[in-house]
Amino acid sequence: MKLSQLIPGQTGVIKEFTDLEMSVKLMEMGCLPGESIVVERVAPLGDPMAITVSGYQLSLRKKEASTIIMQ
Amino acid sequence: MNGELKIALVGNPNSGKSTLFNVLTGLNQKIGNFPGVTVEKKTGYCKLPDQRQAQITDLPGTYSFYPKSKDERIVLDALMDKSASTYPDLIIFVADASNLKRNLLLFSQIADLNIPIIIALNMMDLARQSGIEISVDELALKLGVQVVPISARKQQGIDKLKEAIQNSSSVALQNPSIEVESIAPELIRKIQEELKIDKPYQALQIAHQYQEVGFLSDAEKSRVAELCKEFEFHSQKSQATETIARYNFINDILFDTVKVNTKPGEETTSNRIDRVLTHRVFGFVIFFAILFLIFQAIFSWSEYPMTLIEDLFLWMTDQALRILPPGVFTDLMVDGVLAGLSGVIIFIPQIAILFACISVLEDTGYMSRVTFMMDKIMRKVGLSGKSIVPLIGGFACAVPSIMSARNIESWKDRMITIMVTPLIACSARLPVYTLLISLVVPDEKVWGFINLQGLALMSLYILSIISAIIVAWVMKQIIRSRERGYFIMELPVYRMPRWNNVLLTMYRSVKAFVFEAGKVIIAVSIILWVLSSYGPGNRFEQIESKYSTAIMQQQHDPAEIERLIASEKLENSYAGVLGRSIEPVIKPIGFDWKIGIALITSFAAREVFVGTMATIYSVEADDAHMESVREKMASARNPETGMPVFTVAVAFSLMVFYAFAMQCISTIAVVYRETKSWTWPAIQFAYMTTLAYLASLLVYQLLK
Repeated sequence: MKLSQLIPGQTGVIKEFTDLEMSVKLMEMGCLPGESIVVERVAPLGDPMAITVSGYQLSLRKKEASTIIMQ
Repeated sequence: MNGELKIALVGNPNSGKSTLFNVLTGLNQKIGNFPGVTVEKKTGYCKLPDQRQAQITDLPGTYSFYPKSKDERIVLDALMDKSASTYPDLIIFVADASNLKRNLLLFSQIADLNIPIIIALNMMDLARQSGIEISVDELALKLGVQVVPISARKQQGIDKLKEAIQNSSSVALQNPSIEVESIAPELIRKIQEELKIDKPYQALQIAHQYQEVGFLSDAEKSRVAELCKEFEFHSQKSQATETIARYNFINDILFDTVKVNTKPGEETTSNRIDRVLTHRVFGFVIFFAILFLIFQAIFSWSEYPMTLIEDLFLWMTDQALRILPPGVFTDLMVDGVLAGLSGVIIFIPQIAILFACISVLEDTGYMSRVTFMMDKIMRKVGLSGKSIVPLIGGFACAVPSIMSARNIESWKDRMITIMVTPLIACSARLPVYTLLISLVVPDEKVWGFINLQGLALMSLYILSIISAIIVAWVMKQIIRSRERGYFIMELPVYRMPRWNNVLLTMYRSVKAFVFEAGKVIIAVSIILWVLSSYGPGNRFEQIESKYSTAIMQQQHDPAEIERLIASEKLENSYAGVLGRSIEPVIKPIGFDWKIGIALITSFAAREVFVGTMATIYSVEADDAHMESVREKMASARNPETGMPVFTVAVAFSLMVFYAFAMQCISTIAVVYRETKSWTWPAIQFAYMTTLAYLASLLVYQLLK
């Protein structure tokens, strides 16, 4: 299951990444394997999405979210 | 340490770094640019309790030491290059206490360099509110640095911070974080040895970023490249390893120093606000209402101060003419310098208002939501969600709008926004449009309710939007950028705006415009004045003597003679000669040499077109006499063909020309100021003029 497939209100735990370059940036922002995520909302036009991770809100495009594999 | 202490402020975006900078330095700051990039370099001064002076530089906010953009690279250059004049003696790391984990990632990277460091733990109040308890002393002990809790907004803990700065040691004493050497042992050792690097982490950073940093020689760079190859160094894998190791280190520290007591299930205030402000219907309604308000503010609220400024300059012109003796010097002062100066000062109200609005949007956290909502549409044409503000502002004036584009993080997005903003139909085009439309479009209604003149005007506005979108899309394909388009962005919690900050932002933007773009505007105004008030040879004397004859004096009244002289002088000035010499070029698009003169003089500002037309057709040029300019233009005949000069084809060709052409020296000056190079204004001028010429050619040949 990819992060981009979760809908607002759903939670999950990060398992791994599919894109090395993107993973480096995501991990810097606190999206590490084992970290839990809450999907807060999706932008009015369907992209990007907003998640809560390690205590703050982060927005990322669906394409970027699709590189995160959830447990 | 003696003399001036050099301090760099480092921290994540939204950590309150800029607020702390303002609190520490007040108005005692100057704005420059970091070399090679368009990011503002803010430097300020602050007195320490022992009367020593500290020079403080606000570095761009970044989440890690590995830059995602050109702006973030500045942090790397500033902290890695020991020989640079900006290399700090001390780093103040501004950390958001409510978000300590992510903030400490950058801290642990910076701490591994060889620079003394202090943590300013900001937003303690916010952290406490969300149930986060931090034992500051414990944290300081574990990290081996001074930790000073502050609230930059409430100006709390600032004295303590200044004391900490004063007591800071001149050598780096922070505890080591992770075992950097274990990431690439041989490579780090080799680089340290060969390039004489103090710290392993500096060596590792060189291995990552040797291609980008400015302080290595070519020989050193190629040696590092060889070494990286020899030890099979994989930059991204190494970054991933490093980040995971650092977060493990941070988690260990936070486990002992931070207690979180959140009440589960309770929705935060920020989330509740977001549910309305980013709602799929209300979100857009509110956003467009806010845009409309900003637009109103720069369009109509600025009118009153602008009229005041105009009146002030009229009065000063009057006084100057009365006091100074008539002659070249007075003409230069009045028509050159004063006119140029008023052309600079007149922009201040719009710039101040637009920046006040934007600063409130940024401060409250709403701007991030704008980006969040608009990203999907704007990305398609190569712009950022934030580009929408400069573009809408462009309807009032491109000058403040282009300045406001500096809030866009991505270099490419910012450049494209700057390049297309002048295409938007600004308010200076309005007098040109209304004059020409009233000349050729009948004031009639079709289907009983659509006014033809209104329709023509609206089409010009729509044309400007469409052209901006198309050009943006084309530029997106052309401009190369090695930056990958990330959109991983923090959505900060909503906060009240800080009015101090709003005022400082207004002050800074106005100052930057007046002192940097202003110089160019005044210089060009003086050149334009020379061009239009001097002519080759003794033509001006001949005109004077022609009208001073008795017959002429009898035939016309004195005011008319003055107008006729002005008109003939303009025709025979250098501008007139230039206008005539470009006639072969502008003939295919339907313009004669008289329009050519107006094209040249209206470089100062597009609305000057109307005034020049009035002078050429020797009529009074104030608002009350707009009618007479129109009548004169309507009755103007081509001397060769006897046909009217301003046909529908010519008028529309002219309007389209003004829609596309970069007929505004202030915009050119401000683009130069914002990009710090003449390349971008040159490209912009070239593409817009070409576009204008081709579009006018098409319109004229079709309608002829």
